[in-house]
Amino acid sequence: MTSLLAADSIGGALTGLHIPGLGTLSPTAALALAALIHAVLLFNVFGLSAFAFIWLERKVSGRIQDRLGPTRVGGRFGWLQSLADGVKLIQKEDLCPKDADPLLFRMAPFMVCIASFAAYILLPFSDGWVSVAADVGLFLLLAFLSLEVFGIILAGYSSGSKWSLFGGMREAAQMVSYEIPLAICALIPIIATGTLNLNEIGEMQRGGFWNWLIFHDPFTFLSCFMYFTVATASCKRAPFDLAEAESELVGGFHTEYSGMRWSFFFLAEYASMFVVSMVASVLFLGAWHTGLWFDDYLLRPLRENPSQSFDAARYLANVFGLAVITAKGTVLIFVQMWLRWTLPRLRIDQVMTTCLKYLVPISCFLFLGAAIWPLALAYLHGGETTWLPKRPLGDSVPRRVVATEPVRFGATVHTVAVAKGARP
Amino acid sequence: MNGTEILFLIFAAATCGGALAVVFSQNVARMAFWLIVSLGSTSGLFFLLRADFVGATQLLIYVGGTVVLLIFGVMLTASGPYVRIRASAGEMVLTCGVGLLLLSVIYSTVFVVDWTKMAPRSGIEQVGQGYNPPGEGNTVRPIGMKLLGLSLDDLGTQRKELSSGYLLPFEIVSVHLLVVLIGAAYLARAKRRVDAPARAGAAPNGSARSFGS
Repeated sequence: MTSLLAADSIGGALTGLHIPGLGTLSPTAALALAALIHAVLLFNVFGLSAFAFIWLERKVSGRIQDRLGPTRVGGRFGWLQSLADGVKLIQKEDLCPKDADPLLFRMAPFMVCIASFAAYILLPFSDGWVSVAADVGLFLLLAFLSLEVFGIILAGYSSGSKWSLFGGMREAAQMVSYEIPLAICALIPIIATGTLNLNEIGEMQRGGFWNWLIFHDPFTFLSCFMYFTVATASCKRAPFDLAEAESELVGGFHTEYSGMRWSFFFLAEYASMFVVSMVASVLFLGAWHTGLWFDDYLLRPLRENPSQSFDAARYLANVFGLAVITAKGTVLIFVQMWLRWTLPRLRIDQVMTTCLKYLVPISCFLFLGAAIWPLALAYLHGGETTWLPKRPLGDSVPRRVVATEPVRFGATVHTVAVAKGARP
Repeated sequence: MNGTEILFLIFAAATCGGALAVVFSQNVARMAFWLIVSLGSTSGLFFLLRADFVGATQLLIYVGGTVVLLIFGVMLTASGPYVRIRASAGEMVLTCGVGLLLLSVIYSTVFVVDWTKMAPRSGIEQVGQGYNPPGEGNTVRPIGMKLLGLSLDDLGTQRKELSSGYLLPFEIVSVHLLVVLIGAAYLARAKRRVDAPARAGAAPNGSARSFGS
């Protein structure tokens, strides 16, 4: 795969480290250790984000319904409620119905979890803080997210229950349909940036908030809202949660599940909500840049420190970026929850009609418009392809290279701005 | 044995094991599951070879697209729960023959090519020799330019004519896909009934009827 940016950098720092009792680390062992550290870190993001968002969901739904939500577990705001839920769920019996296909029934929750966890390896959390900075980033991320549907179809099919089968069928029809506008909407900012690398897309939106891709042209502005709607549907969140419509289908595809296996579906749902929200932040909302004046003057010099060794100021600037992008993602998740507890659920035919008759044509129109927009501007503006009188998008991003070996600059024909190596 | 070889062994074992399990299981849904394992591990092999774009496409098209279609087919056409497939003796002989033919083609391809000559051109060898995006698996930009009819390999060389890349295949495939889409829309269109009782009994919302039919 593409260079494991962060792992390479930490692996470089760990190589030659003397561990008492084990001897000196070889480069391979150091890389493996660094990759393990990253995997553990990411897994904690995966688990803890779901932990936090389940609590948030309870609080938000409570407030919207004029209740208090959890108030007791862990102090005043009930912030340990998710832990209490987890302890309860892990104590439940691990059941498999008589009519179920035991292998598939047991595997399905893991498949859902693996698919949404795999998307995290491509997600940038700050400039260069990404496990795999691949040039196929967004494409691969969408591919991983589209695999989530299998676990759900197989869960519905293998449960041996008609409720589950209906839920699985609905889910399959819905996910397969909504993938089309999702991919087209995600492509619209790609037209503006010319790269699929999520780290590059984030860096191109540095500077003021007018550099964010949502303000790049009217089509990206509209496609931001389209993307968010479609992403909500592809996470099977209300008002599109037909797969688990409890008023019609008992529990939908997870009717027969209980205990931890049931909770894995929800872990994956909240994790993929977080992924699509983070992707929306990266694609449209300026990623880890605040868009305010101090970002340009204070943080950029810190971030662009080219030294290969550890630099505390640069590290803190990246931690700030992490906080910014997580805040943006959390706001989007809050909007998803707000929608869920405000809007009534659609009927399945309305869900399909919305997608196939409205969202797909609209996204195709936006895609065409985004492709024609720079040409029209160039015609009217005399060569300018952006409406801003400033620099073109990404012009201020320095050309950087991945440096794991001593780099010979100028050795390549086409030098393109690529993600720089992660900083330890 | 280095890390890449260990990973290769894991992915290769999962690919072959999944493929064998597809052959030996009789339950269609389980076959689909093992097919996912096998095809997913194949994409892992592509990532190991630093062919990121092919790997991602493998995941999206084969695992994401084809297997979903397969599962759809199983779910929509099954007459009873957990369809089982049993092959007759004749079918076994036929499929074994086809399989052996394919294996012989693959075998001859692998062993006829002189891989020692090919090795310096593969991406893996170039890693660390300066900055080389395709060598790190960042092949998306060159592939995209080739699909648009621009071959970046020719830039900087003395060649006068730039090759046209994959523009023609790309156009042919896109026309083909358009034909397929129109055909699918034609086949799946709402069949309007002409008899009066059915029209009276139909739902006032046309979209509901079109999805149900």
